[in-house]
Amino acid sequence: MAFFFQELVNGLTTGALYALVALGFSMVYGVLKLLNFAHGDLYMVGAYVGFFVIQWFGGATSLSIPVPLLLVIMFALAAGLVGGLGVAIERFAYRPLRDAPRIAPLITAIGISFFLESAALLLFGAQYRVYNTPDFINAHSGITIGSVTINSVQILVLVMGLILMVGLQQLVNWTKLGRQMRAVAADREAAEMLGVNVNFTIALTFFLGSALAGVAGVMAGLLFNQVTSTIGFIAGLKAFTAAVVGGIGSIPGAMLGGLLIGLAESFVTGYLSSTYSNLLVFGLLIAVMLVRPSGLLGQAQLQKV
Amino acid sequence: MLLSLESVTTYYGQMRILEGISLNVAEGEMVCLLGGNASGKSTTLKTILGIVRPRTGQVLLDGEDVTQWQVPQRISAGLAIVPENRRLFGQMTVRENLELGAVLRGGEKLDDDFDRVHTLFPRLLERRGQLAGTLSGGEQQMVAMGRALMSRPRLLLMDEPSMGLSPALVQQNFQIIKDIHATGVSVLMVEQNATMALSIANRGYVLSTGEIVLDGPASELLQSEDLKRAYLGR
Repeated sequence: MAFFFQELVNGLTTGALYALVALGFSMVYGVLKLLNFAHGDLYMVGAYVGFFVIQWFGGATSLSIPVPLLLVIMFALAAGLVGGLGVAIERFAYRPLRDAPRIAPLITAIGISFFLESAALLLFGAQYRVYNTPDFINAHSGITIGSVTINSVQILVLVMGLILMVGLQQLVNWTKLGRQMRAVAADREAAEMLGVNVNFTIALTFFLGSALAGVAGVMAGLLFNQVTSTIGFIAGLKAFTAAVVGGIGSIPGAMLGGLLIGLAESFVTGYLSSTYSNLLVFGLLIAVMLVRPSGLLGQAQLQKV
Repeated sequence: MLLSLESVTTYYGQMRILEGISLNVAEGEMVCLLGGNASGKSTTLKTILGIVRPRTGQVLLDGEDVTQWQVPQRISAGLAIVPENRRLFGQMTVRENLELGAVLRGGEKLDDDFDRVHTLFPRLLERRGQLAGTLSGGEQQMVAMGRALMSRPRLLLMDEPSMGLSPALVQQNFQIIKDIHATGVSVLMVEQNATMALSIANRGYVLSTGEIVLDGPASELLQSEDLKRAYLGR
């Protein structure tokens, strides 16, 4: 039973991380109806930002600042830079294509994905960059309940993930900006006719979604220790799967989808073998699509004729 | 003059939708814009609001050229629209829909505006927490009108307000438009139901394939043989 709970904790942790990436993916789909395949690469950029912050302050073994401060800087910088990068991508790559057929921005998104991956390869090299998290966060610190251990990094990811998800949900549901985001997602022209600044709202959505991906990238660096230019690809696919399983465009759906995929992966890896984890994740996608094509929490689209 | 269009020509891509439209609405007037399908009525309203830009010609508000203004600026200057098919946000509550109508009015208190809308449409007070998509057609029309009023417009643009409503509701709807007009809001209304529209409007224009073919006081247009011809085609 202890093993079960240990896998549960591990699954929730990676699930929180997937959920944060899936949220941005789903939000962007919500306002632009665009599958932003470059989204996973923003997560990769976030992971690099975290790595370079560690280097900047002396490296994992000889940090010149206290660890909590380091973490704050890592997360804040990753959120800000990656959020800004997302806004720039929207402004220069997607906005000119806003009224083009939907295939055009989709292809562009794939192009941006390759661009970011290649740029990272060129700038940062092909080698794995290592966070060396255990050198500055004691791997054995944390909470132990019975024989289940939740280590400090997992606690950090779970707590931050929870705060960010609740915060985003509050923002979208209860603030004026959130209402404008939902209005643009539901009917862009109707929102425009009321005076909603559509360009600003879309840019804001990209900022929030990309910032969450940046934060998730740092979390991934801390959790999995390794960063390279290709980690965005599989993360992007999993975020896509999570968003679709939960119901694309739905914020609670993206959270649920992310957690489900994290849990599924963790249990398959724990009880069977990590070989089967991707098989199961994408199998889950197909199964949900067969039963509920609009996703678990998605709304069925009424086709008007 | 509250609103004037001066020889406005609007294109969608290569297709000319409006050809040299000139019309005006004075403060306090109710004007209707009539015409059959695809005559350019909705495009005229979109051009006035700034959703589409004319290729040539000018849009004037209070005599000022606003042709290059963005939609939010024009709304702040006193325009609001009840769009065709209402275009409510079905997954949001009635209250949220109304709040979105006041999106440009910064941090101001909206209590008075809600009161005004609820006085006009008491039903919306009862239904304020309900999702707009679950309301009846008549109630949805009330939300669309209330939402437009939340920006405190001086000129209300209405695009086919009676579309999709039962005959009884159409009657009720025109009564509401009269009530709104009576509160001092000028109205420019696009309608297919010419007789109904002319019975409450001061003046009317008739559009046919992007051109104004007829205009005059409502009472004259009601009698006009040309109106029937414009509708049925020459």
